[in-house]
Amino acid sequence: MAEANLPETARITISLNGIEITLSVQSFDLLIDVLRNALSLKGTKRSCDVEVCGACTVLVDGLPVSSCTTLAVDVDGRSVTTIEGLAAGDQLSRVQQAFVDHAALQCGFCTPGMVLATTALLATNAAPSEAEIRHFLSGNICRCTGYVKILEAVKSLV
Amino acid sequence: MLLPPFTHHRPTELAEAHDLIAHFGDEASVYAGGTELLLAMKARVLRYAHLIDLKRIAALDGIRRDGDEIVIGARMSHHRIATDPLVQKLLPTYAALSNNVANIRVRVAGTLAGNLCFAEPHADPPALLAVLGASVELSNGETARRVPIADFIEAEFTTVREPDELLVAVRIPLPLPRSAYSYQSFGHLERPAVGIAAGCARQDGGWRYRVWAGAISDRPTCLDDLEAVLAGVPPHDLMDVLPAAAITAGASLAAHDDIHGSADYKQHLAGVLAQRAVRTAADTCLAGETVHG
Repeated sequence: MAEANLPETARITISLNGIEITLSVQSFDLLIDVLRNALSLKGTKRSCDVEVCGACTVLVDGLPVSSCTTLAVDVDGRSVTTIEGLAAGDQLSRVQQAFVDHAALQCGFCTPGMVLATTALLATNAAPSEAEIRHFLSGNICRCTGYVKILEAVKSLV
Repeated sequence: MLLPPFTHHRPTELAEAHDLIAHFGDEASVYAGGTELLLAMKARVLRYAHLIDLKRIAALDGIRRDGDEIVIGARMSHHRIATDPLVQKLLPTYAALSNNVANIRVRVAGTLAGNLCFAEPHADPPALLAVLGASVELSNGETARRVPIADFIEAEFTTVREPDELLVAVRIPLPLPRSAYSYQSFGHLERPAVGIAAGCARQDGGWRYRVWAGAISDRPTCLDDLEAVLAGVPPHDLMDVLPAAAITAGASLAAHDDIHGSADYKQHLAGVLAQRAVRTAADTCLAGETVHG
């Protein structure tokens, strides 16, 4: 069988948006491809592909990582939160609602990463200063808003 | 971009990792965060048939005090170091540097040990670690050795680590009483174009300065001519000699034009940042901070 020459397939178990799942991945699969292709979670966006832009941000054990440069096998046994995991039914999370209320998005492509990074920031620092907000979000690039509306949205949660 | 196929190994013991390295040789690379290795593999700059994940090895975990040193395990991320209470208290300048590496996602995944072993010149840690007198602990599973950071990085993407050795820990001496440090960097990209680290210590009634340049050349470089000019100069007299000596020191650094800027631009930056780093370290030292690494 040809499979004999293929690198191993791994079984990984993750808590994905609060639900424990087990799935088979190739050892060289990137997390972004597993999320978008195998699991159809298209809210995670691919853009720069080199960990600079933040569009592919997901939370692993509550902290942001670039899913474009994370191996799927490396999240085995850990919790993964994507943008699809923030709302409770029709009820947006407070960060999502703040982005809506402040019109903190235009094209929306960076928004899942921005919202997840903000969620992680507020979970680790409930009352960040404006300088701390800017520093934490400086790795998430938006090419529409000029960041003012995003900052206003985040500051409204402090 | 997809990664080329490879087989993944996940040892939980150091001995197991050494066995895998011995077995696969050049076919394998170790990794922890993967923030630099996976990018290079996606770009087809590097190719390995086997990747050996070090993250599940408990012996590489932890940040602890060992006598007069802080010992940082090889799998500790920049974020973990930046938020560690021991590092924040005893080495606050290094904690601040860790909190400013690249972006939060890279800090969460990327490790200090991986950053040092990859030896991309445009990196923040080496210059300040050199000023602090840090060393790395290398082990091939049978024998261990310690190498000062200043000697560890040989050139761009090149270190003295042998193929069978793992960097198991980074050791940073506790700062002397009445000493202070500063790291100043600038770049228009996430990586620094130039980073300058300075230390100021009051010893035996006199003043002593340490200044290292990072990112600009192919390895961290001691600005020893500048250190010699500054030796013995009290902080309030620094401005008599520092500006001219710092500009001269910056201009003497090996540099080449690259995406971070032209050679003369980066040499100018080095001179300006050297002044700021020395002054900040001296001012902090004078203000009576007794421990400020």
